[in-house]
Amino acid sequence: MASIEKILNFARGRSLWPVTFGLACCAIEMMATGGARFDLARFGYEVFRPSPRHADVMIVAGTVTHKMVPLLRRIYDQMPEPKYVVAMGSCACSGGPFVDSYSVAAGVDTVVPVDVYVPGCPPRPEALIYGLLQLRAKIDMPSIQDLNKGAKKKND
Amino acid sequence: MIDRTEILEKSKERFGEKVYRPEGKDEIWFAPEIVLDFCQFLKSETEYNFLLDLTAVDYPDSFQMVYHLLSLENGSCLKLCSNLDKEAPKIASLYPIWKAADMMERETYDLMGIVFEDHPNLKRVLCPDDFEGHPLRKDYILQPVARR
Amino acid sequence: MLRQEGDFRTQEFLLNMGPQHPSTHGVYRAILTMDGEYVVHLENVVGYLHRGMEKLAETRTYTQFIPYTDRLDYLAGILNNWGYCLTVEKALGLEVPEKGEYIRVILGELQRIASHLVMLASFALDLSAWTGWMYPFYDREKILDLFELYCGSRLTTTATRIGGQPTFLCRVQKAVGSIFRLSPGHHRFASNLVTGNEIFQGPKGVAVVDRDMALDYGFTGPNLRASGVNFDLRKAAPYGLYGRFEFDVPLGETGDNFDRYYLRILEMGTVLAHRQASL
Repeated sequence: MASIEKILNFARGRSLWPVTFGLACCAIEMMATGGARFDLARFGYEVFRPSPRHADVMIVAGTVTHKMVPLLRRIYDQMPEPKYVVAMGSCACSGGPFVDSYSVAAGVDTVVPVDVYVPGCPPRPEALIYGLLQLRAKIDMPSIQDLNKGAKKKND
Repeated sequence: MIDRTEILEKSKERFGEKVYRPEGKDEIWFAPEIVLDFCQFLKSETEYNFLLDLTAVDYPDSFQMVYHLLSLENGSCLKLCSNLDKEAPKIASLYPIWKAADMMERETYDLMGIVFEDHPNLKRVLCPDDFEGHPLRKDYILQPVARR
Repeated sequence: MLRQEGDFRTQEFLLNMGPQHPSTHGVYRAILTMDGEYVVHLENVVGYLHRGMEKLAETRTYTQFIPYTDRLDYLAGILNNWGYCLTVEKALGLEVPEKGEYIRVILGELQRIASHLVMLASFALDLSAWTGWMYPFYDREKILDLFELYCGSRLTTTATRIGGQPTFLCRVQKAVGSIFRLSPGHHRFASNLVTGNEIFQGPKGVAVVDRDMALDYGFTGPNLRASGVNFDLRKAAPYGLYGRFEFDVPLGETGDNFDRYYLRILEMGTVLAHRQASL
């Protein structure tokens, strides 16, 4: 059974389909990563699905405001297992430059469990690719997947 | 400074003492109750027929409404100001004159708490609907979230 | 509203075009009342990216706020920086050295092209043309490389300071020459692939905003010019050094979606004149 799991993880890691969750400036760098120069297609990740039902990974790219939080949670819940979350950009990681604002959530890990944090403002496309490759390495090693999956959510 | 004497003279003919210009400043002050008539007059009889911006400033003893009108012919801006009551600030909505005022007044209501009378849809636009308080007021203190 | 046409009963329904949507380009929610395929009524819900920058500005210094202005319109960061620095310089009565002004014009126009390229890409993408998305993004990378040479960041540049510019343009100057050879290519790409193509004739005649409606609703920029109002802030109230340049202002005729798109393409063409003159 372990070898089947290994094969499945191998396949999952190399064909992650992100759900389009670009919120702000990082979304533009995410689009540039999918563009012709920093190609995401060479890793297998270029199929951005609009619907969360068809997606594996949610790359939260941009600032998450309090108004957006219930929708973020809803999109996450709508994704089928196994699902992963990449927090792209410093706003998604921890609130970024807007952390002391009245309307910004201090990091997306207060809402959903995060697998990989990609810091930067915005992170260069190479940094996002590195983050996705780290996610691939994480998927290949199931022993660390459940360990400390992001930070504990406050509202659950 | 741009010559405002012509506009001031015409305004004073129509509205008397309710419109005045303080010394040395390039802004026109008016009493809040004449806002609709004054803006309609400016739109139809002067070159300033484009509402560029609408906002409010929180001063210690009053709220100051600031309107910017633009002249499309020469690109100059006209600044209009009016003082509102600090406890219950309200002024007539400019929606009948310029539809652009719709969103701007909702934003000013949301962030500053100024009530615009006869606005078709005065509810919060930027903050969540259940947000309490008006963030841009000076007595609203930012509470940063402490992280572990 | 229930209607009966022959044997077919139809009813209007509410469709939520939610904040997470590939076409909303960011977070914008529209609650549509649909009658079949036609949108009868639309209610905007905005505010999903309200970050409270004005309140944050109360606790930052003037220079510390320049990076925040990048994030206002993140596709045109340098233009936002420039506008903010102009305001502060006007309030302080500062005068920017001439070389700094030239640098601002050059960077600003490059940023305008980069922003319009994203518009071109998104316009094609919304009509399901992935190729039309790839090419402008690839061309945009060349401009972003220039920004990176100048100030270290591709997107959120913080490229101006109050009272002037942080560095000189030396290394960038040679590279900007290659952009001259690039811009006519955009125009040709746009005209060959997009403008003449039947798929893209779809937006013609849709969402026509005539002159009075545009003025009433407070349109500015290329949207206003698409509706036929000849107003360009760079000509009417020239800021920086725009007063020294001669350029044409493209105007639209009908004010539909297609016009708004095409105008921006034409604007990219006029930008050439600026940079040629300013270098």
